[in-house]
Amino acid sequence: MVTLQDYESKVPNAWCPGCGNFGILRAVKKALVELNLEPHRILFVSGIGQAPKLPHYTKGNVFNGLHGRTLPAATGAKIANRDLVVIGIDGDGGAYGEGVQHLLATARRNVNLTYLVHNNQVYGLTKGQASPTSELGFITKTTPLGASQPLNPLMLALASDISFLARGFAAEIDHLAGLIKAGVQHHGFALIDILQPCVSFNRVNTFAWYKQRVYKLDEGYNPTDKAAAILKAQEWGDKIPIGVIYKQERTVYEETLPQLIDLPLVKQPIDPLKIENLLDEF
Amino acid sequence: MDSDFNILIGGEAGQGVQSVGAILAASLRRGGFSVFADQDYESRIRGGHNFFRVRAKTSSVQAVSADIDLLLALNKGTIDLHEKELKSGGLVIYDAEDTKFITDKPNFLKVPLLKLALEKAGNKLMVNTVAAGAALGLAGLDFEILRAVLAKEYGRHGEQTVKDNVTAARAGYDFALSSGKKLSLPRTRKAPNYKLILSGNEALCLGALAAGCKFVAGYPMTPSSSILEYIADKGRQYGTVMMHVEDEIAAMNMAVGAGYAGVRSMVATSGGGFALMVEGLALAGMTETPVVVVLGQRPGPATGLPTRTEQAELFFALHAGHGEFARAVFAPADAADAFSAAVKAFNLAEKYQTPVLILTDNHLATSYYTVDRFDFSQVKIDRGSLVSSDSPDYKRHLVTDSGVSPRALPGLGKALVVTDSDEHDEAGHMIEDAATRRAQVEKRLRKLNGLKQEINEPEFHSAEGAGLTLVGWGSTYGAIREAAALLKADGKPVNTLHFRQLWPFPAEAVVAHLKTAKKNIVVEGNATSQLAALIRRETGIQVNGSILKYDGRPFSPREIVDRLRKEVKAW
Repeated sequence: MVTLQDYESKVPNAWCPGCGNFGILRAVKKALVELNLEPHRILFVSGIGQAPKLPHYTKGNVFNGLHGRTLPAATGAKIANRDLVVIGIDGDGGAYGEGVQHLLATARRNVNLTYLVHNNQVYGLTKGQASPTSELGFITKTTPLGASQPLNPLMLALASDISFLARGFAAEIDHLAGLIKAGVQHHGFALIDILQPCVSFNRVNTFAWYKQRVYKLDEGYNPTDKAAAILKAQEWGDKIPIGVIYKQERTVYEETLPQLIDLPLVKQPIDPLKIENLLDEF
Repeated sequence: MDSDFNILIGGEAGQGVQSVGAILAASLRRGGFSVFADQDYESRIRGGHNFFRVRAKTSSVQAVSADIDLLLALNKGTIDLHEKELKSGGLVIYDAEDTKFITDKPNFLKVPLLKLALEKAGNKLMVNTVAAGAALGLAGLDFEILRAVLAKEYGRHGEQTVKDNVTAARAGYDFALSSGKKLSLPRTRKAPNYKLILSGNEALCLGALAAGCKFVAGYPMTPSSSILEYIADKGRQYGTVMMHVEDEIAAMNMAVGAGYAGVRSMVATSGGGFALMVEGLALAGMTETPVVVVLGQRPGPATGLPTRTEQAELFFALHAGHGEFARAVFAPADAADAFSAAVKAFNLAEKYQTPVLILTDNHLATSYYTVDRFDFSQVKIDRGSLVSSDSPDYKRHLVTDSGVSPRALPGLGKALVVTDSDEHDEAGHMIEDAATRRAQVEKRLRKLNGLKQEINEPEFHSAEGAGLTLVGWGSTYGAIREAAALLKADGKPVNTLHFRQLWPFPAEAVVAHLKTAKKNIVVEGNATSQLAALIRRETGIQVNGSILKYDGRPFSPREIVDRLRKEVKAW
């Protein structure tokens, strides 16, 4: 039986006191314990930023790679060992800025990964510059004239025909843990955009700001209706929906590979002599 | 010296120049010759001018020659461009009706290629096979050899296709044979001397597959696309996944992710794609992840001459990546070397848990070489210090004397495998303190000591009375060796020193060899003589001159000899 104790880490935490990341960390641990997954079965892949430090503050295998390149590294590892439960972790800068092309490609490809994006609408680690999701006109040191039109990551994911799309809120830990569980259990690529207040650099989108606006999708909402999802994904402002926005069953990339049917690649032996008959073609 | 026999097939892109060339090359290989074939094509799908040169010799040949015995012109443009390259007594085969070109020159053989294809084989697409038949008829090669090649080439398309091609080839062959014109192919043993004919890229792919490469990711780019295509095709059957992905950044990070998770992984690209991979290369260095990178050079900067050759990325390969980390850089000299370099690259990458580069170029990648059958029983797999661990205290980046840490794989034991592109402690967690930083930097760089013990030494050939040493690296090997043979026959013997691995640099051996003759002349395919600069940096030796080529074309042996005479005074 897996317990929360299994996911406790002794690595000192470097986040700011009161950071939204703490709630997300609790939700991740809670979800993995409830899924009864042992840490050695998990591979956390993350990039660079404050959010991507999360894997160090819990237990699991960790590949903390480059800014924005989480999804390719996660994909390579998943193809190498399809038995791993692979969870990608990034902030909005890595996921929706530096590495946005990988998000589109991975959603299209539909590799069985879960991707958590801590979306605080600002760059934390580099100290307060505008991110791709900062609100229009958001003034920072690199955008003294105000940030450009923000990107809508949910619409982007839907345009790529993503197979599982959800939005959570860092202060709604139980609800978020439920989304993470659903994402990990989903057969295919899952993106969970997580609204995460930044207590140091974002004085606009605060805990109080979100608490006034966020509401949970109820049973009346049908997440398999793509047209409804496209409308829901555009809802922002006075009311912001959280929950599963969209899900569908779609072919999973690695399941189309004949090479992976019998065994994960990493467990297949190396036998040079097996290749020898290829010489007859020359 | 024994004589060579050279055929040039020319035409527009889309006319099948390459398929005729491949049939001729394979036939001459079966006829007992050593064969070297290279391609010259433009960055376009239709039109323009493409050619394929096939060179046959009784002794080993691995370089091009500009002197043609037989010009097979599939269009008029080929005659205009290449007639001047004919040796005295050389012949031209062309279709007078199709090209609407009339000449009385006695060395022009008018073969109605299109008409024969339509009349004898009932298919104008057979025109190339008719042409191949005519060429070999003129050269007097046994038709049964051509029949066997066609059976192998077209066998997978069914018996009828083979039959039609044999009929078409026979029509061209008989026409040429009865023309009264004849070329004399050098005499050779009937039995093939060499078992295989294949390109540098094909040899490299076979080496990678034999070495157990299980994951390749890439984005198509000349001259490495054929690596991606070959692995994608054969990988389905042999357990290797090839992913065509969104860009080279993704390709590199995927390969590193797969390497971390425990499979042998590779990327293959050219300079522009490698430029995008460079951050990921440093990631492999920092996280101590094995990965093999094939960098097939073509002329740059930027897009350069996309379908041509150059050796201008020596420094790029040596220095790519921010920060300092251990690497090995191979520069295979020919197809057989590409096979063994691939095998060794995968072993070293895992043994030293670091990236290994294979620096090739368009000339090696796309040229065809005759080689002996590769011996797969001699392929040794060394996965280094892979361990299976359930220890809660497992440390992925444990500091050791060799710099190599025992490597557990994620998910295969209870031990947690933690690594980071940030500087990290032995357990893989991010750190900021100076002492740990120093220990990890030094640990990673200590791996170079091991890599130095396993280096492929440069190949040195000394010649009695040599006045100078020609120094080269990579695909110029065949041209330089043949140039040395020409010079020896001419009473001006030279030594040759050739690098098949550029890093770690074999400084001691180089110092010894460069003292042998009075002068040392570097021959390389770039404009700034990067090898000469590297030699000076690593040994303090200044070479006496460089013969450089940066027009996108490969060196021919004759060109090296001529330029040596012109550019290097007094030796």
